[in-house]
Amino acid sequence: MNAPAGDISRRLSPALRTEALEQLLVERELIDPAVMDKFITTYERDVGPLNGAKVVARAWTDPEYREWLLRDGTAAIKDMGFSGPQGEHMVVLEQSDDVHHVVVCTLCSCYPWPILGLPPSWYKDPAYRAGIVRTPRRVLGEMGLDVPEGKDIQVWDSSTEVRYLVLPQRPTGTEGWDAEALAGIVTRDAMVGVALVSTVSAP
Amino acid sequence: MDSIADMGGTHAWGPAQVPTDEPPFAEPWEGRSFAITVLTMGRISGRNLDAFRHALGRLHPVDYLVDGYYGRWLNAAELMLTDSHILAPGAVDARARRNLGEDVTEPAFPEPDRPDYKPTAAGSLREVEQAPAFAVGGAVRTKDMHPEGPTKLPAYVRRRSGTVTAIRPAHVLPDTHAVFEGENAQHVYTVGFASTELWGPDAEPFTLHIDLFESYLEPQ
Repeated sequence: MNAPAGDISRRLSPALRTEALEQLLVERELIDPAVMDKFITTYERDVGPLNGAKVVARAWTDPEYREWLLRDGTAAIKDMGFSGPQGEHMVVLEQSDDVHHVVVCTLCSCYPWPILGLPPSWYKDPAYRAGIVRTPRRVLGEMGLDVPEGKDIQVWDSSTEVRYLVLPQRPTGTEGWDAEALAGIVTRDAMVGVALVSTVSAP
Repeated sequence: MDSIADMGGTHAWGPAQVPTDEPPFAEPWEGRSFAITVLTMGRISGRNLDAFRHALGRLHPVDYLVDGYYGRWLNAAELMLTDSHILAPGAVDARARRNLGEDVTEPAFPEPDRPDYKPTAAGSLREVEQAPAFAVGGAVRTKDMHPEGPTKLPAYVRRRSGTVTAIRPAHVLPDTHAVFEGENAQHVYTVGFASTELWGPDAEPFTLHIDLFESYLEPQ
């Protein structure tokens, strides 16, 4: 942040300001660059939408787990080993032939980190945050998802600590697939509700 | 507060982005900014996530928008660090300019003055003794609230009538928690609104669900 706030005429790049802030905090012994490196690597490699995909694939192949997931998302997701910051209370929304769910955080960009990782660019973009609660059908269309006329759209604005996971519909043509193969086709976008799962990109 | 962060339903942002595969951090500084903010949060504020979100909302709209998501994290972290007198105002800019070779005097490190903050438990969920004031299926109306401080009642759902669709676990109340004035845990409700209640008779047909604290609601 440059002084005065909002003055862009003397603004330095965020890369330069991040470097400067890191130096100052290291000098004050408030941060350790090695710990930072490890933290960044964790979010680049270990925490991501593959966790959510495993949850979805299990729900598709295990009816009892699906029922538990819909009834108590937090416990059922923790059973897969996924919990932590931004996943304190999880609610799972099941897509159906009649209802399409889509999730947003209009006030910030709250997102279920333990199962989906850090939010993608489109989710943090003002066009999505502003538009999906006003013209969801139009916004989904802009993103490449045409929701059929007559299908009920439910938009969820996660304004508190409740975090939502969308359980997509299992695509036809996947009968007999095991959970690992199914997890391979579940995308981040489908688990937020801006896309459907298809077998087009299947292995 | 009516800040740039409260953007639900506002216009002129252009079309939504088409999703693509992308790394978590588009550039190295984004990962550094993310790690600095999360790892110093406890030093700044005692891991008061609501205070961090409020810092985002207190940014000048330019500082909120111009460098994107991790840019606003960087700016909010700096705001909290200067609020707590861990850094002097202008310290980051001065250091960055010195790194560029400019002849700039850096301000001295001030004496830290952090908020006196002790959460009663980890996380944001709490037990509340009194029973919820509203029941699932109940008709409620959001209040006509316009605080200058933090709130989780977005402008686009103010003074609107809806139906309670779920009762969630009680949470600490960001309105006071974000400014270190106590947790004041409350019941939280998911409230469903018809799109026409929000955007008029010509609205696209859909239902908007949003999680709201008990003190934002009154019986309809």
